[in-house]
This record gives sequence, structure tokens and C-alpha cells, in this order.
Amino acid sequence: MPKYKLNVNNKNYNVTVEAGTPLLWVLRDNLNLTGTKYSCGEGLCGSCTIHIDGKAERSCIVSVEEAVDKKITTIEGLAENPDHPIFKTWIELEVSQCGYCQPGQIMTLAAMLDSDSRPSRKEIDNTMSTVLCRCGTYHRIRKAIDKIVEEKQ
Amino acid sequence: MSNSVKQTRREFIKVVGISGSGLILASFIPFNNVLANVGDDPKIFSPSVFLKIDSNGIVTIIFHRSEMGQGVKTALPMLVAEELEVDWEKIIIEQSDADKKYGNQSTGGSTSVRRNWEPLRVAGATAREMLILAAAKKWNTGTSNCYAENGFIINKSNGKKYSYGELVEDAAKLPVPTDVKLKDPKDFKLIGKRVHRVDTPDKIFGKAIFGIDVVVPGMFYAALSRCPTFGGKVKSFDAAKAKSMPGVVDVVEISNGVAVIADSTWRAFKGRDSLIIEWDLGPYANVTTEDIRNEMLKHVKDEGAELENRGNINTNIKDEIKLDAVYEVPFITHAPMEPMNCVAKYQNGKAEIWAPTQNAQDAQNETARVLGISKNDVTVHITLMGGGFGRRLVNDYVVEAAEISKACGKTIKLTWTREEDMKFGFFRPPSMSVLKGSVTKDGKPAKFYHHVIAPSISQMRFNKNLKAEESDIADGTIDLQYQIPNLKITGTLIPTHVPISWWRAVYNSQNPFAVESFIDEMAYAANKDPFIFRKEMLPSDSRLANVMNVAVEKAGWQVGKKLPAGKGMGIAIFSGYESYCAQIAEVTVNNNKLKIDRYVAVIDCGIVVNPDTVEAQLEGAIVFALSAALKSEITIQKGGVKESNFDDYPMLAYDETPVIETYYIKNTYKVGGVGEVGIGACAPALTNAIFAATGKRIRRLPVKLI
Ligand code: FES
Ligand code: FES
Repeated sequence: MPKYKLNVNNKNYNVTVEAGTPLLWVLRDNLNLTGTKYSCGEGLCGSCTIHIDGKAERSCIVSVEEAVDKKITTIEGLAENPDHPIFKTWIELEVSQCGYCQPGQIMTLAAMLDSDSRPSRKEIDNTMSTVLCRCGTYHRIRKAIDKIVEEKQ
Repeated sequence: MSNSVKQTRREFIKVVGISGSGLILASFIPFNNVLANVGDDPKIFSPSVFLKIDSNGIVTIIFHRSEMGQGVKTALPMLVAEELEVDWEKIIIEQSDADKKYGNQSTGGSTSVRRNWEPLRVAGATAREMLILAAAKKWNTGTSNCYAENGFIINKSNGKKYSYGELVEDAAKLPVPTDVKLKDPKDFKLIGKRVHRVDTPDKIFGKAIFGIDVVVPGMFYAALSRCPTFGGKVKSFDAAKAKSMPGVVDVVEISNGVAVIADSTWRAFKGRDSLIIEWDLGPYANVTTEDIRNEMLKHVKDEGAELENRGNINTNIKDEIKLDAVYEVPFITHAPMEPMNCVAKYQNGKAEIWAPTQNAQDAQNETARVLGISKNDVTVHITLMGGGFGRRLVNDYVVEAAEISKACGKTIKLTWTREEDMKFGFFRPPSMSVLKGSVTKDGKPAKFYHHVIAPSISQMRFNKNLKAEESDIADGTIDLQYQIPNLKITGTLIPTHVPISWWRAVYNSQNPFAVESFIDEMAYAANKDPFIFRKEMLPSDSRLANVMNVAVEKAGWQVGKKLPAGKGMGIAIFSGYESYCAQIAEVTVNNNKLKIDRYVAVIDCGIVVNPDTVEAQLEGAIVFALSAALKSEITIQKGGVKESNFDDYPMLAYDETPVIETYYIKNTYKVGGVGEVGIGACAPALTNAIFAATGKRIRRLPVKLI
């Protein structure tokens, strides 16, 4: 059985799983980092979004071997800084309803803002429209993003 | 030490009510500090199942319903805290298990706040009055000389005070009064304030534990293979390959299929995919959506069983302008973002369940039934839910997990895939609505006839012999507030073997679409502005008329005004769940491409407990109902469901969501429901707007413009 060395939230882990195991399940079941959520398993919803070398990726369609030697950040890692403007604004505007999609929303947005602190509306639309929310919090996500982007300027 | 065990289950919260612009989230109370203050064996004062106060002054409020995003884990404790006069920032909120001592725990029908409005305030007030009496006795004064504030009882004449903790022992010895006085709404300090949700920080930091995140020591992971057709079952299976897969520890057959148990979710999924199963596809193996639709179509010309009758629909009216139409909606599913799951531990004749369930006592009963044990031997822990929308009122996934645990003798977490969630749901039934009506030549409503043809959830779930008259299928069209002189509502029940159940707002998701669209058709036939036509049918002092007037004002609806080509506004109203809602949609249609620009929604739900959640529920309901109106359709083919994931069962996305403006009416009417109230008017406001923009009347959902 192959062993993989992973770096998650700046910690090193060794996991023993079959090649091809989606990173999502390694994070959730092997490392007990359950903030990364499973919803579609097909890259269609964004609930499982994490950062790999700073880029937003869907952990349900990234295999464990693809993540070796990369820097992985999950929502738990981002939450090490609870004062991140996204968290503060999310709480201030009470964006979350059931909350299940929110780690994915936040990780997707965080990666976008890291790469471009003043994204255009079109860029925001394109990026955020790939992350689904069944509770329908989009309206507040938009308000929150507008606020974050405005305050950055 | 039993106390410190309890402590670990407590959830420490610190939230600050917000008003105006001063929005602050205070930091959490560090867990250890609180523990340090707690004596080894604090005395507990618990005059009700909904709260306890210990001698260290720690106030714990028991939350006994299910939180699925609707905000009741915040709203219900607010009711207790309001009467108890405690510092909201210092209370602890504890999720209860299933237990009939809490009364009804079923979280559906927009009932949590309105059904608990009185009992929870009484619980808080009872404790408050007992603490006041305990203090009065200590001071040897009358209770009228004492009052409660912020966790203290204060002596009016000398300003001395006792903390609640200091009074716990004495209060616990007093008889529980039965006729406490509740606060006058004008004295509310917490109710009506924008209070931050108690569970938000954990949710956004990825720390909240949903059902799917539960880990119990020694737990294994299970996946289940179910028959692809409704009504089918396992004929035979070969588990050899699955058993040879890495991490697979067992394969068991249960009533719903064959389960694979492994040491991780992914290995359980892979093991399940390696099963070779021969299915007996059952009697409905060839059924399609068209078959079910044809069954409904057969009744379009029927009269239907009479459900409501006012005036005489057959009366002769001179020069009446007649119109008729058939409206129709498909099967749809809930698809909450968190797929079904459950952790079950069956050992020595006792079961312990961790379930994201909207209906915990039913989960307890169902587990007991399927395992053949007493319900007193079943503990059900309610977890957070990644959405519910009615799906988790049915505990099929709990039953499956319990059966698997018993069959393999292990604690297991059963996780459904998204595909299974799509295919093995309990669907919102389809329906067909035959509408006939007329208006007089001077533009007044004369007749309205609505024949609802649909499978009945209450018939399928509770009583096979139920008749249309006793069923639920006409909810949302019965008791219309419109004053139409001649009105008749009828119904026909359609048998179906496809599992159906409650989807947010239930028949209020479909009948108002037909009613409010057809009322719009009548308005145009009467040559009246759709708002004016409705207004003239409602008592001017009614709450429904009021929400509509406010919506018209907020949306800038101009009577009789035609918008530029391709633009349109549509109005629709709804009353139900003891609340009222009006919605106005604004759309642009260009080359058959629809853009929803704006929604204005106004709700009157009586006293508002937490304005922020009321607004959130309206916003969410609009997105949920728009997904259904524009995109959702479950197709039955070869006896099962064709759709499998979010690619073929899409939902509204961020960039398709309109600007949503919500307003609530401030008043002191009895508390009404909220969660489902925003659904009914949403689809017809949209399709009425499409008509205004294009002249095309949408009578079948999901909307197709070409
Ligand atoms: S679970 Fe990964 S994209 Fe949906
Ligand atoms: S908040 Fe519930 S799915 Fe997004």
C-alpha cells in the first residue's frame, strides 16, 4: 500500500491509502479535517474547495498523489487567522445559513482575492458562480464581497 | 465528575445583538475559564426541561428542535432568555437529544417559533418568577419589591442584588408556579433585535460538526447499494470482489439493499461499486414520467371531488369574459448540500444514533421498530444539518444505518453519495391544475374554479384510504382570501408508487403558482392592472392587502404603466403559516434569454423574533423557489430517477441571483411562520413578470421560453 507525504496547513502528515483516493476523503477521514465538505464528488459544486499552492482546487477531484509535495490549505488553516476580512465580513453580514457550502465559498473567494485584490465584477461572477449554495445565500455573498473589495481600496 | 462530562458537550457562545451600524462580534468565552469557575458539584435549578441554572450562575438553554440553516438555534433560546432576563452573551445553548418530554420536536411546517412562542417564554418566565420569590424571601420583602435584570434579582428599595447562581438552591425548593405573567411585547429587550446566529463562527471556520462529520471511537464507514427502480429488491448478490477490496471489513444485506463496511468512506464507496447484484426490478420497472403525467391528464376533464364552494360557479352572468388554462409542475427533489448520512451504534440491545434529522422522535421510533427494541433503548443525538428543506423529515437513512450496524455488529457511519441523494429522494409530487374563470365586462372577478390533480403526500404516508376531501393536495388554493363571488375548488388524487414527501412549503409550492398566474390572466382579461385587480378582491384592511401595498411602493410598481420592450414586472401574493407575503419580480427578456433583475419581497409574520433571520429566510426561499421554477425537474425513466448530480439537476448560481430586497412589517400580531412563507409567491411573480415582458404565459414549470 503506497504511503504519501502531505503538507496540510503547514503540518506534515504521512498517509497510507490507495493511489487515486480523492484528497477530500484523505482530509476528512484520515486527517479528520472535516471542514472540507463533500457534496457532489464530481467537481460540480465547490463545497470541497481547498488551496493547493495557493490556488483554489476541488479536493474531490484531486487525487492524493497529485497533492504530494504541494502546500495544502484547508478552511481550518485559513481559520488560523479568524480576523481575515472574509471571516469578519461573513459574520458581520450573517452570510451563512446552514453553513455547509460556506467553507467552499470562503476558500474560493480567498484564493481569488489573493491573486487579485481588486477583481472585476465579471471575474467575481465567473469564480463565485461555480460554488453552489442550496440555502440561497448568494445575495449576501455578493454584498460581503462588495464590502471586502471596497474596503481593500 | 459527571458534571465535567456535561461541560464538554456545552457550546460556548458569545454574541452581541446589533442595532444600527454597531456590529460587533465579541470573542468567544475561553472554555477553560468557565470550567475553572465551576465547582465540583454545582447545584442545579431546572424548573423546566428547557433550561437549567447552576450555582455558579451558568445558564444553559436547551434547544430541542433541529437547526438546518433557518436560524432557530438562535431564535428559540432568545425566547427563553427574553423572559429569564439573562445576559444573552453569557448563556450556553445545548442541543437536546430526541425525547418526548420536549413535546413536538419535528422541525417542519414553519412551526419552530410559532409553536414554541408560548412554552419557551413560559419556561423562562417561570424560572424568573421563582428566582424573584427566592430573593424576596431572603430579604424578607414582597416579590413586587424585586425585579430581574441581566442575571440578577434586584431589591427595589435598597438596590441590593443576588446573582441567579446565589439563588439556585433556594429557588429549587419552591413549588413551580403555573400561571406566570409573560412580558408585554413593548418591554422586549432581545426579541426583535438583530442577533447574530450562535452557530455562524463555527460554521465558517470549518469547525461545526454536521451529521456527516461525526466521528465515534471505533467507527467504520458504510455505503449501500440500492435497487435502481422504486419497488424493486435484491434477488442475489456476489460479494467476493467487494470483500477483497482494501479496507473492506464486511458486506451485509439489509431491507434496502447491500451494504459494504470499510475503514474509510472512499473504500466503502469503492467496495460498494464492486458488488455484483442481481436485482428484482419489481412491478414498476418500466414506469416513466410520461406514464404518471398521462394518469393526471386523464382527469383534466373531470369535475373532481368538491373541496370548497362559494356562490354558484354555474350561475349565468351576462357578457362574462371566460378563460381557462391548465398549469403543471413536475417532480422535484430537495438536494440539500449535505447528502444523507447517519452514524449508528447498536450494541447489547441498545442503539445510539447521531443523525442530521428534522424529525428526531420519529428517528427514535423508526430505529426501535426496525431493530425490534424498545424506544427507551434508542438514543438519538441531533446534529447540525447542511440543509433540510423537508427531506430530513423522513428517516429512511437512519433506518438504513441502524440496520447496517446491527447486521455487522459495528458502529458505522453511512454516507450517501450525491447520486444516491438524487435517485432515492422523497420527491415533491407533480401536479396539474385545471383553472376556469370569468370576469364581468366591467372588469370584476365573477368565477374561479380550480381542480387540483396530484398525488397526495398524506395519503401515501399516513392513510392509503384517504379521500381527496381529507387530503393535503389543495393546500395553497383552499381558503383564498380573494373575495370572488363564485368559487369552487376540487381535487383528484393520483396514485403513485414514487416516494413523495414534504418539500419546502409542500403544496404551497405548486398551487399558488397556478392560482396567482391565473389571477393574473383574469386581470388581463378584465383589462385591469394586476395589482389593482388583486387589491379590489381583498378587504382593504387585510394584512395580505397591506404587504401587497408595501411591495408595490417599494418596487416602484406604477399602475397601468408599460415598461420598455423586453422588461416586465410581475406581482404575486401568498398567505399561509399564519403569515403573509407579497413579491414583485422584475425581469428582462432579450432574444428569449431571461435575466431576473430584482425581487422585492414583503412579509408580515406578526412579531419578528430576529429580523436578520427573517430576511435571510426570505432571500433563501426566493433562490430556492427560483431554482425550482427555472431549472428543477426529476424525470422517472425505467422505473427510477434519471437525474444523478448537479449537472443534470442544476440549481440557481451566484450570477443568476437577482438583487433581493426584503421588508418585514412591524406589528404585534401573533408570531407566524417564516421558513416556507417566501416560496408560494416566488414562481408566479416570475412568470407574471415574464408575461408582462413578452406576452408569453408560462403554464408549466420549469420555465421554457422557447
Ligand atoms: S464535492 Fe467537490 S466539487 Fe462538489
Ligand atoms: S449555506 Fe446552506 S448550502 Fe450554502
